[in-house]
Amino acid sequence: MTLDSSPGKSSTVIDARGPRFGAVITTIVLATALVTNNLWVIVAQAIVFAIGAIKGPQFTPYAFIYKNLVKPRLKGEVPTEDVRPPQFAQTVGLLFALTAIIGLLVGVNPIFTVAVAFALGAAFLNAAFDFCLGCEIYLLLLRAHSK
Amino acid sequence: MKSVFPILIVLIVATAFGFRYKRLSGRVVATSDKGLITESMIGTALGSRATLVQFSSAFCTPCRATRALLEDVTADMSDVVHIEIDAEANLELVRTLDIRSTPTTLFVDRNGREVGRAKGAPKRDQVLSAISAIR
Repeated sequence: MTLDSSPGKSSTVIDARGPRFGAVITTIVLATALVTNNLWVIVAQAIVFAIGAIKGPQFTPYAFIYKNLVKPRLKGEVPTEDVRPPQFAQTVGLLFALTAIIGLLVGVNPIFTVAVAFALGAAFLNAAFDFCLGCEIYLLLLRAHSK
Repeated sequence: MKSVFPILIVLIVATAFGFRYKRLSGRVVATSDKGLITESMIGTALGSRATLVQFSSAFCTPCRATRALLEDVTADMSDVVHIEIDAEANLELVRTLDIRSTPTTLFVDRNGREVGRAKGAPKRDQVLSAISAIR
């Protein structure tokens, strides 16, 4: 994964509504995973996160649904955003999903519950409040990492 | 364990957090007892009345909108300077000024004293009133 991290430099720009729509589906899928404790639901979401983290959020199945079913029905000016913030969020989502899968596989259910809960919280905040995960945690991670 | 209890907790906590996030985002909060900001810290001369020091990072969608707004607001103000700083490339400064998230905008007077800061993307009227409060 190559994420250029300079803010001024222009990177690929995408339709900002795509990742937001993706966050709505992600919220529903993660909520399903949390209620059912089903391994395959969280594995499917992990695969989506992995595509979003590695290739980019505009290449996930959710983005495909958005492009073909939702976008043609939307009118007005297209709000755009840099691809890197949602890509960062997908990466964080992937880490939580992998943690949840490991928790389920080794039979420690609380790990699964907590990891899915955090991922669900972030996805829900993104979907409902346009919450920017990278804005809030990236700098804190950097500060913690390079003491 | 199949239960709806965890999901209820998550949705309640996240909703409360989300409303707080929306309410506080972009609000200019008065600051005091901060160290002086100097030309050498930010790499550019301070404005003759005010300087808006914006900290940005790459994984930050509202940083773009904030940059565009602050550039637009300061464009016809000869005594107010806007500067954008890459937080990641200036971690020491970020620690000194205790910047925790992006975008964070510092409102600095002519002497380099920080009089207010806004976390998140501020609105035009919030920026204008914060600037007009600086004499």
